[in-house]
Amino acid sequence: MLAPAPPVLSVDNLTVDALTPEGAKRVLDGVSFELAAGETLCLAGESGSGKSVTSLSVMRLLPKASLRIVAGSIKLQGRELTTLSDRAMRQVRGGDVAMIFQEPMTSLNPVIRIGDQLTEAIRTHQEIGEADARRAALAMLDAVHIAEPARRLTQYPHELSGGMRQRVMIGMALSCRPKVLIADEPTTALDVTVQAQILRLMRELKAEFGTSIVLITHDMGVVAEMADRVAVMKAGRIVETGPAVDVFETPREAYTRELIAAVPRLGARAGTDGPPRVTAEPAAPPAASTRPVLEVRDLAVEYGGSSGWFGRKAGVAAVHGVSFTVEPGRTLGLVGESGSGKSTTGKAVLGLVPFSGAVSIDGTAVAGLSPRAMRPVRRLAQMIFQDPYASLDPRMTVGAAIAEPLVIHGIGAAADRRDQVAELLRRVGLTPDVASRYPHEFSGGQRQRVCIARALALRPKLIVADESVAALDVSVRARVLDLMLELQETMGLAYLFISHDMAVVERMCHHVAVMRAGRIVEAGTRRAVFENPSDPYTRELIAAVPIPDPRNRGRQMAPAG
Amino acid sequence: MRILREILRRPSAVFGLSIVLLVVIAALGAPLLAPFAPDEQMFDGLTLDGAPIPPDATFWLGTDTLGRDLLSRLLYGARTSLIIGLVANGTAVLIGLTVGMLAGYLRGPVGNALMRFTDLMMAFPALLLAIVLAALLRPSLWIVALVIAMVNWVQVARIVYTETRGLVERDFILAERSLGAGHLRIVALHIAPHLVPTAIVWGTLGIATTVLLEATLSFLGIGVQPPEPSWGNIIFESQSYFTAAPWLVFFPGIAILLTALSFNLVGDALRDILDPTQRGRM
Repeated sequence: MLAPAPPVLSVDNLTVDALTPEGAKRVLDGVSFELAAGETLCLAGESGSGKSVTSLSVMRLLPKASLRIVAGSIKLQGRELTTLSDRAMRQVRGGDVAMIFQEPMTSLNPVIRIGDQLTEAIRTHQEIGEADARRAALAMLDAVHIAEPARRLTQYPHELSGGMRQRVMIGMALSCRPKVLIADEPTTALDVTVQAQILRLMRELKAEFGTSIVLITHDMGVVAEMADRVAVMKAGRIVETGPAVDVFETPREAYTRELIAAVPRLGARAGTDGPPRVTAEPAAPPAASTRPVLEVRDLAVEYGGSSGWFGRKAGVAAVHGVSFTVEPGRTLGLVGESGSGKSTTGKAVLGLVPFSGAVSIDGTAVAGLSPRAMRPVRRLAQMIFQDPYASLDPRMTVGAAIAEPLVIHGIGAAADRRDQVAELLRRVGLTPDVASRYPHEFSGGQRQRVCIARALALRPKLIVADESVAALDVSVRARVLDLMLELQETMGLAYLFISHDMAVVERMCHHVAVMRAGRIVEAGTRRAVFENPSDPYTRELIAAVPIPDPRNRGRQMAPAG
Repeated sequence: MRILREILRRPSAVFGLSIVLLVVIAALGAPLLAPFAPDEQMFDGLTLDGAPIPPDATFWLGTDTLGRDLLSRLLYGARTSLIIGLVANGTAVLIGLTVGMLAGYLRGPVGNALMRFTDLMMAFPALLLAIVLAALLRPSLWIVALVIAMVNWVQVARIVYTETRGLVERDFILAERSLGAGHLRIVALHIAPHLVPTAIVWGTLGIATTVLLEATLSFLGIGVQPPEPSWGNIIFESQSYFTAAPWLVFFPGIAILLTALSFNLVGDALRDILDPTQRGRM
C-alpha cells in the first residue's frame, strides 16, 4: 500500500469565539479536517452551523472586531497560517488559497471591466507584464468556457448573466493556480440549469488544474454531485465525516440521517396524483361548487412602460398571454427560473402590479375594480412571501402583524381579535404567548409560520405562495411544507405555489405550469409533467436537479452554454 | 416610564439629559438667576480704558464690550436659542418628513414635482433666501424661527425621500397592500415609524447649526434684534475682540456646544430605546 500523501490543507482543533457584549460565545468548537491533493471536501450543514466561519478562518478573513481564533492550527502544505503576518497572508490569499462566494454580482467590482479585474488579480501574484497578464486572462476565460472570451474582457459585470459572472469568479480564483479553492455556496444564487453547468465546470477544472476544493453548501444534492468526502457540521462542530458514498448510504449520526431525509427527492412521488396526506382526516369532501378559485386568462404584465408628456414609452414585457386555473383545495405549481415571470404572475393575480387580461377570484373578475370593491375579493386570496425576515414589519409585534388583516377589514372587537390571533398561532404550531414578541426574536421557520398565520386570518380560499420555503433550511423547509399540506387538507385551501425548486413542486402540487421568458411552455397534471414532460425546457429543468445520491453522479444532462 | 428608566441606565444619556434640563432651567429662570439685567450697561463693567472685564468675583463670566454682564446675557440668551433650536428645528424636521415621505411614497408626477422643488430649494443659497424672507416679514423671534425652518427642511426631505423609497420596496409593505391596507394606514403605521430614527438624529444634529444660523442672521441685522441677547449674536458681536477678550466667544461657544451635544446624546438614546428590534440585544 502506498504511503498516504501529506494533506494540502489540515485544520486541527480549530476553535473560534464570537465576541459579544455578554462575553465570548463559541461558534467553532474543535473543528478538524484534512484535505488531500486533488480532493473535494464538502462542508455541509444548515445556517449557523459554522461552515462559513471555518472557511473565513482558513482565509484569515474573520471580522477582527467580532470573531477570533482562540485555539487550533491551520496548516497549508505544512505552513502554519494562524500565526502568519498579515503581509505574508496576503500572498497566500489568492495565490495559494483562493475563494469564490455565493453572489457573483457583489463579489465583482461593478465599475471595472472584467478584463481589468482579471489582469489585476493575476499581476498581484505574478511578476508579469500587462500584455502577458491580459493573455493569461483570456486563456482563463477560455478555460471556464465563456462564449466570446475576448469580448467579455471589455465588458462590465452587469453585462454578464449570473452564470457567466460565476464563471469569471472561478476563472479569477484559479488564475494563479491555487493549491486550494474554497467555494462558499457557489451555486446557491444560480438557477438550477446554470448550477448544473457550474458544478460540471468545477469538476472539470479540478481534474485539469489538480486543485483541491473545499465546497461549502447547505444543499445535500450538490454535496452528492461533488464531494469525495463529506464533513457534516452542526452548531460549530463536525458531527460526521467520511467518504461521500458512506455518508449518504450508511450515515452514522441521527443528524446526518435527518439532513439527508429532509431533501426532497425528485421522483419520490412518481406514480401518484397528489401530494402525500399528512393528517388522519378523511379526504376533504368535494367542494360545494366546482368553480375554480382562480381563473387567469391572457394575463400580461409590462414593466417600465409609461405614458408621459412625450408620448408612450414601451416597457419590457415580463409576462404575456398566460392562462391557467386553480381548483378549490388543489395546488397549482408555477415553476421556472429567475426572470421567467412567475413571481410577477403571482403579484398580478393579487392586483399588486398593473396587468392586462382577465383575472377572476372565486368567480369575481378583479380587473378594473375600485379599491373599495376589491376589498371583499382581497379576503379570498392572500400571499406568503419568500423572505419571512422582510415580509414582517420589524417594528410590529407578531401578534399585531397577525391581527393586521382583521383590523384592516374591521373584523371583530379587540378582545375577539386577541382570541383569533391566539387560535391562529396554535393553528400554525406556535404558542399564543409569543404574540407580544417582535419578529427578530424568532427563527426563520417560526417567522414563516407567523406569515402563514397572517395569511390565514381572513380565512382565504386561495394562497399565493411565492418561493415561500426557498429561504429556509432543509429540515425547517420540510416542516413548513407539511404545515401547508395539513392546512390544505383541513381547511380546503387552494395554493398557487410559485417555486424554482422542482423537487418541492413535485411534493406539493396537483397541477404544474412551467414558465419561461414570460410564457407558460407546458402545463398539466403534475404526474403528466414530471413523468412525461413534452417540452424540451421542462426536460432540461428536471434533468438539472441534483440527485442526493453520490453513485448517480453526473447522470444529469447539462446543456452546454 | 419605561423610556425614563431606560435613559437612566445609560450614563451618557443621563449626562445629556442633565445638561438639557440645566439649559431649560436657565432659560425659564433667567430673571431669578441672573445677577444683573441683560441689557444694563454698567459703569463698573468696563475698565478705565473702556475694555471689557475678564471673569472675576463680581462678573463671574466677565463683561462684554458695552459693559454688560456676560453671565446674565447668556442666561437670557438661553431662551432665544432654545426656542430657535427647538421650534425652528422641529418645524424643519416636520416639513422635511412630510415632503420626503409623500414624494417617496407617491412618486409619479406629484412625487417628482415635490422633489424638484426640494432640489430647487437646495440649490438656492440658504442665506439669500433667509435674507429675502426676513426682509419681507418684520424680524421677531418667531419669524426668525420660521425663516430658519424654511431653509433647513430640504436636507431632511432628501434623506427621508431616499429612505421611504427603500421602505416602499420592502416585502412587508407589499404584504400590507396584499391585505388591502389603505395608503394612510401604510404611511402612518408602517413607514413613518421607520423614519423616527432619522428624524431624531437630524433633529438633534440640527440644533447646533440652527443656533449658528440664527447668529448669522442676527449679525446681518435680520435675526433677533439687539439688545435682546442670543448665544449666536453674543458670539458675533464679540468675535473681532477674540484675542483681547477671549471669554466673550469662549463661554457662549461652550454653551452652544454643550447644548447641541446633550440633545444629541439624548436623541441617540431615544433612538435606541424606541427601536423594538434592539430590544433584548443591547
